[in-house]
Amino acid sequence: MEYFLQQLINGITLGSIYGLIAIGYTMVYGIIGMINFAHGEVFMIGAFIALTAFLALAALGVTFLPLVLLIILAVAMLFTAVWGWTIERVAYRPLRGSFRLAPLITAIGMSIFLQNFVQVTQGARVKPLPPQIQGGITLMDGPGGIVVQLSYMQLIIIALTIALMIGFSLIISKTSLGRQQRACEQDRKMASLLGVNVDRTISLTFVMGAGLAAVAGTMYLLYYGVIDFYIGFIAGVKAFTAAVLGGIGSLPGAMLGGLAIGLIETFWSGYFSVEYKDVAAFSILAIVLIFMPSGLLGRPEVEKV
Amino acid sequence: MSDTMNPTHAPASHARWTEDPVLTVEHLTMRFGGLTAIDDLSFSVGRGDITALIGPNGAGKTTVFNCVTGFYKPTEGRILLRRGAKPSDAAIAELTRSGRQYDRDGENGIYLLERMNDFRITAIAGVARTFQNIRLFGGMTVLENLLVAQHNHLMRASGYTIGGLIGLPGWRREAERAKDKAIAWLERIDLIDRADDPAADLAYGDQRRLEIARAMCTDPRLLCLDEPAAGLNPRESSELNDLLRSIRDRDGVSVLLIEHDMGVVMQISDHIVVLDYGKKIADGAAAAVRDDPKVIAAYLGVDDEEVDEVEEALHQNDPQGSANAQLGEGDRA
Repeated sequence: MEYFLQQLINGITLGSIYGLIAIGYTMVYGIIGMINFAHGEVFMIGAFIALTAFLALAALGVTFLPLVLLIILAVAMLFTAVWGWTIERVAYRPLRGSFRLAPLITAIGMSIFLQNFVQVTQGARVKPLPPQIQGGITLMDGPGGIVVQLSYMQLIIIALTIALMIGFSLIISKTSLGRQQRACEQDRKMASLLGVNVDRTISLTFVMGAGLAAVAGTMYLLYYGVIDFYIGFIAGVKAFTAAVLGGIGSLPGAMLGGLAIGLIETFWSGYFSVEYKDVAAFSILAIVLIFMPSGLLGRPEVEKV
Repeated sequence: MSDTMNPTHAPASHARWTEDPVLTVEHLTMRFGGLTAIDDLSFSVGRGDITALIGPNGAGKTTVFNCVTGFYKPTEGRILLRRGAKPSDAAIAELTRSGRQYDRDGENGIYLLERMNDFRITAIAGVARTFQNIRLFGGMTVLENLLVAQHNHLMRASGYTIGGLIGLPGWRREAERAKDKAIAWLERIDLIDRADDPAADLAYGDQRRLEIARAMCTDPRLLCLDEPAAGLNPRESSELNDLLRSIRDRDGVSVLLIEHDMGVVMQISDHIVVLDYGKKIADGAAAAVRDDPKVIAAYLGVDDEEVDEVEEALHQNDPQGSANAQLGEGDRA
């Protein structure tokens, strides 16, 4: 029981990170119908920017932890958002209106470019960061010596994810920007004829997705303590899987899919074998998609007649 | 005759479309590869008029709309929209030469639509459009559909969302104003009870009216409607006529519409332009156009020789023939 609870907490934490990245996939897919394969690399860049900001702050002698966290989060979000905007502007916008596969291919190219760019500029070796936030809340002290602990880091990740999810849902449902995004999602041409600047709306969608990926990157850095240029690939594939599992195009679906993938992976590693955790996650994806082709919360694609 | 057709509007004793046009299409040509969809077409839309663009299927009516609203870049020609006071010919020539898209000075402005792309045509020049098929945002509520059309003000007032998130007072005012306007329109089209329902749930006729209201929420100077009466029953069709008349008379917005329902066209149009095979075959007030033998021939599918015969017969009676119809003298026929 204690073991189960501990795995549950670990799974939710991992799932939150996947979910934050998955939102970027799902939003971009929703608005332009394209899988942004470079999004995993955006997450990786977010982690690197956070690390750079952390080292810069340490060099400046800023050590008050809450302040440091706040600053690196803000810096990572800001600069990663600029990356997200630039990627869209340089690699995707010129190809809009081209045939469907063209942006997909540039996305893969962009992904490889970013990986190599970071590898060349930052080095191929893993970058460690000593754990910054230690300790936690002991929830249960089991008889067999198994302790169920919710570490402060996990608490921060889960709380931050919940807060961002609420904030995001509000932006999408209540603000003028969110209305524009939903309008573009349904009929880009019509939205443009109502005076909506579609290009800017798409750019802002990339910016928002990149901002969330930066949060995920920062959390990943602080939680695992090691990053390298390759983390974006694995995390990106997992988050993409999460978005598909939840129903691509659906925001709550992305979060739910992220949690599902995180939990499946964690429980499989906890009870069966660590080596096969990815096999488990992808098998379940395949099974779900056989029975629910549009994902858990996705709307079925209705053929327009 | 034209008096009974336009009870609320001045008869076409003088042609507004030549004296005070809001839109002037000059020598518009649109070719798709070897196909010439529009061939050297020129016409004007009078300010405060309801102008109907009619013609048989495939005449190029929708292509004209697509050129006016920036979907197509015309092969040749100029599409000029005017706002406010009438500009001098020199100002128009100067803008055309300069390569700029538009000249704006307070409330007055001239806009070269063939140089602008679609969202700017709506947001800057003030041209709104609906389509033959309904293109509402079905998943959004009826009210939201009207709010999307007003987002330009909202985005500016909200400091591009950041101000909106922290709830700046200026943004709140603007959001209230946008909502009031949307509600006023919902009352006008009698859909206020359905404000929070998804737009896709509305009946067909209601969706049509909502589309027009949504286009009006962009504050257009010119409203382009592509077959607004298609698929409406007689009662809905007459409600649509009332709505279009009120848009002309109350809001002072000029309307350009494509319509196949001749009942609607004859009842509400001040001015009719007839296309056939991408060329203009008639242009004038409703009654004059209705009796034009070329128009009758185009609609009834008479052979070209027969049109010539009809025309010849007409020319013998009246040496100026149908040319006078262009002056819009409704009582001629």
